[in-house]
Amino acid sequence: MAADPRFDGPGPDARYLQALGEGRLMLQHCDECASVRFPPALVCRRCGSPRSSWRVSPGAGTVYAATTVRDKAGDYNVSLVELEGGARMMSRVEDVAPHEVRIGQRVSARIVAGDEPFVVFTPADGASA
Amino acid sequence: MSHPLRGTTAIVGIGNTKRWNAPGRSPFDQLQEAAILAIEDCGLRMTDVDGLFCAMSTSGLPVLNVAERLGVRPRHADGTMVGGASFLFHLQSAMSALVNGLCDTALICYGSNQLTSGGKLASMPDPQPYEAPFKPRYPISSYALAAARHMHAYGTTRAQLADVAVAARDWARLNPDAFVRDPLTRDQVLASRMVSDPLTRADCCLVTDGGAAIVLTRADRARDLPRKPAFVLGTGVAVSHRQISAMPELATTCTVESGQRAYAMAGVGPKDIGHLMVYDAFTINTLLFLEDLGFCAKGEAGALVSSGAISPGGRLPVNTNGGGLSCNHPGMYGLFTLIESVQQLRGECGARQVDGVELSLAHANGGVLSSQATAILGTAATVRASA
Repeated sequence: MAADPRFDGPGPDARYLQALGEGRLMLQHCDECASVRFPPALVCRRCGSPRSSWRVSPGAGTVYAATTVRDKAGDYNVSLVELEGGARMMSRVEDVAPHEVRIGQRVSARIVAGDEPFVVFTPADGASA
Repeated sequence: MSHPLRGTTAIVGIGNTKRWNAPGRSPFDQLQEAAILAIEDCGLRMTDVDGLFCAMSTSGLPVLNVAERLGVRPRHADGTMVGGASFLFHLQSAMSALVNGLCDTALICYGSNQLTSGGKLASMPDPQPYEAPFKPRYPISSYALAAARHMHAYGTTRAQLADVAVAARDWARLNPDAFVRDPLTRDQVLASRMVSDPLTRADCCLVTDGGAAIVLTRADRARDLPRKPAFVLGTGVAVSHRQISAMPELATTCTVESGQRAYAMAGVGPKDIGHLMVYDAFTINTLLFLEDLGFCAKGEAGALVSSGAISPGGRLPVNTNGGGLSCNHPGMYGLFTLIESVQQLRGECGARQVDGVELSLAHANGGVLSSQATAILGTAATVRASA
């Protein structure tokens, strides 16, 4: 009995992290409804299709929601950023005071390297809230 | 034609330990005490229980642990864990199991030592690697993001959020069993320490210990038991995500779906509901659920609350025990919404009793607005009424 070859190779979480480790933000585009998903998964949450393709993201996003976490060591921002095709990820907006992060603000992705790389955002050049 | 499950089962016994600060008691101690109280309330014996339903944040195998401690030998069991809404998911499962003969006496039960174990939400082994690098406070930052989105979309204000906390406290002041009964004003809420904008400490539910349990049977048997039955007219459940980043639209919850399912089964609508319990883990929850259950238009719950409608003496009594904000919140609060609904239908709520309650709606939330479950309970008269 052979396993279904469509699912051969690393799973979606591993593929996402591997690309990020190589300096590329890659997202899955649904082959049927074209919506873009995050976090990575084998199935499209919008239409249920198991068929998707990985594409490099331009990393241009918009702040969908933001909160300032009040912390003794210093307040910090936690945001949900919407990328192309409706993909949304939790992140933070850097290079701006936490309370100045605004819903609708245009931001650009930057990859933070490490054993477990992740994506943060900075205000997009020339864009204001 | 009415739904085949409508009115076929009833809550016949309730147990509430009311031990909100109980050092030295384990979650299982709280649960066992509540289960005994519920069984005694309906005049049965623990050995009658043949359907067992439970969820805990402190045990990965709650059905096994609870069955052993209660001496129950279940022939049907369900340990579905979807956070604080679990017990209303269990209610729907129990109803189906009872009607189909898989069990005759269903016990839904819960216990927690959330406060005396250290006051932190006992963390479940459910890591979220796509959130961890950003250090959101769990769960409040997720709810704060939803609140921020609601304020952005509808102009909801912090003062309106504060009024939710004040209404809950005003009800708690009428409930001798509520954990916090000091007077609370809008200004006090607004001046409270900010935790994760726009939510302050006073926008958050309590952290308490506690235990709760209910017993369900089929309706025919319920009529022969000592307590006035609270018939289950409708239930609905829904799940939309795990992590807040995957929530489809942060200012609208899948309560829209669970509520519509419950209304359809019960054959009633929001205008028929005389008493309402919504799981208020944070003040924003009450606004979201009032809207998503159809008690006002989307975006108008802030104004509704600030009008005094949900407060004592208002036209829409909500969270009459004081809610999670002021009565109790032992980690997962869902079962307490049902218990207050049953008590209001029985007419045993003393100073906080709402006059003439025939239909009560209980709604519970789990995760980070992730799971939603709605139940509509009614008196015998509402079962006879044509749907």
